[in-house]
Amino acid sequence: MTALTTTLPSQTPGTTGGAEPVGSARVTPLDALRHTATLAWRTLVQVRHNPMELLDFSVQPLMFLLLFTYVFGGAISGSTGDYLTFALPGIIVQNTLFTTLNTGTGLNTDLTKGVFDRLRSLPIARCAPLAGRILADMTKQLWAIAMLLGLGYILGFRVQTGPLQALAACGLVVLFALAASWISVLVGMLVSEPEKVMIFGFTLIFPLTFVSNAFVQTSTMPGWLQAFVKVNPVTALADATRGLLVSGPVWTPTWHALLWAAGLAAVFAPLAVVAFKRRV
Amino acid sequence: MAACKLIGMTVRHEHSTPAIVAEGLVKRYGATTALAGVDLTVPAGTVFGLLGPNGAGKTTAVRVLATLIRPDAGRALVGGYDVRHDSHRVRQLVGLTGQYASVDEMLTGRENLLMIGRLLGLSRSAAKARARELLADFRLTESADRAARTYSGGMRRRLDLAASLVGRPRLLFLDEPTTGLDPRSRNEMWDVVRDLVGGHGVTVLLTTQYLEEADQLADDIAVVDHGRIIAHGSPEALKKQTGAQTLAVRPGDAANTPLVAATVAELVGVAPDVAGSLVSARVTDPAVLPALVRRLDDAGVTVGEITLRSSSLDEVFLALTGHPATAGSNPTEPTSPTDVNGGEPAVDDPAARIPAATRS
Repeated sequence: MTALTTTLPSQTPGTTGGAEPVGSARVTPLDALRHTATLAWRTLVQVRHNPMELLDFSVQPLMFLLLFTYVFGGAISGSTGDYLTFALPGIIVQNTLFTTLNTGTGLNTDLTKGVFDRLRSLPIARCAPLAGRILADMTKQLWAIAMLLGLGYILGFRVQTGPLQALAACGLVVLFALAASWISVLVGMLVSEPEKVMIFGFTLIFPLTFVSNAFVQTSTMPGWLQAFVKVNPVTALADATRGLLVSGPVWTPTWHALLWAAGLAAVFAPLAVVAFKRRV
Repeated sequence: MAACKLIGMTVRHEHSTPAIVAEGLVKRYGATTALAGVDLTVPAGTVFGLLGPNGAGKTTAVRVLATLIRPDAGRALVGGYDVRHDSHRVRQLVGLTGQYASVDEMLTGRENLLMIGRLLGLSRSAAKARARELLADFRLTESADRAARTYSGGMRRRLDLAASLVGRPRLLFLDEPTTGLDPRSRNEMWDVVRDLVGGHGVTVLLTTQYLEEADQLADDIAVVDHGRIIAHGSPEALKKQTGAQTLAVRPGDAANTPLVAATVAELVGVAPDVAGSLVSARVTDPAVLPALVRRLDDAGVTVGEITLRSSSLDEVFLALTGHPATAGSNPTEPTSPTDVNGGEPAVDDPAARIPAATRS
């Protein structure tokens, strides 16, 4: 480490980009977008060096799909094929909601490892670390949905509506995930270590996704449970996704899901941003 | 100095503009006061050392100056820009290397540097070229494409330092750059810092718990305790005040102990501590060691053990404050800043400042 000749500011004034001293006083919106894209790239590239993460958001959903189709399918619907058609939209919804936890875990890891300090000492847009993370996580969500649909196709699942409706289903699920990920961001900012985001998330998301009609028909449950299932936002989202991919009502559940998404974002986005600013 | 000119230009002032000026910085966390009114002036192109134990407020000071946190009171200018109102401009001038290497462990060394280059607005090819340069300079080329989590502690620090140099900062904050490093890596780090300042005119503010490190690198040292600067001056002045080194002698034959003690007293000018047959005294002039060896040799005394070692931060602390350098303890009395360079009369009487309790 003797020759640092190339490393540092040139001592001759005028050779490092002229006499213009320091750049602008603020970040332009275009810069903010670039910073966000760079930080999203960073989150996605991490996967390359961390095969476990690839397993986490690729293999795990596929395992769930196989498990539900072949182990529970016959018992629930009488035939695995029928059950696949019913359950795949529900599995997509469930997986998407679980994946939102990664946003909170990732942010918390950056905080505890000091990466955030480094990012915040750079002249970049203040919102870029958060926005970059969310952008990357939404990309992973799309990837997971595509994989589930792909494996579903191999197992015999067919989209019975049309390509536009199928795209709308993906859009709706990702939009809902975006809104729900603010809860994950909030938790990620409040807890002391990444693992706690997971613990919190499982406790919340497990009952929410299973006590819904994502995996079984509401009518098979006891009356008191049906009351909860009917108001559960996961039911609305699962119904809408099913309607858009296979058959069934579309408009009512879609509106309900969108209203829920708007409500979640309206409540949790401001809280999460306040927590983010306080923590970093 | 070219460095001054460069920095002077950037802040549109004349050459003498200090790189950092802080006045009355206060930062509280609930009931804890991390900074209790810190004043600093760091001339451009110099190394300034903040020396103090854990929890003294060093890291908080760095975080305020690097715009990571806002002070509750006081003002700080970095490169001529206010850390509170012009933080974006301050960030364009500074590099920060944290106490805990803040590289992304999931990325390779190269990707870490690429990411920062891109964030700083370099084109893809410029960012790649810059990453390559820095990897070579910091001997990381061979491990450039391995995830940073596989790096050793020393490699991680080097990568962290490289990361803070991507933007060619004029001012570098090093928060405990060598804590936890082995001696070899520590020496390397010191060489890098010297090169940055000497060869490139960068201004460095470093925090450390090691007196030796501050002594080796800093032009100016401020000793921090409980969020205050309790002493400030050049390393020489500080050492003169506190006694830089401790001399310890043990005669081969314990019967000679009184003779050894008398000889040490004569050479050092104060009565040494005697514990069993071990005679020790705080010294400011290392020439005492050869002088003592000669005198004892002349007197025919065999020396069983003789050492001259640097005083620890703890000893300096006791000398300056009268209380040990333990984090979080309350000072027994309010300590007022002592300007070592101001020529305190007490300096002439080091014995008064040497607490017996520091002897091992």
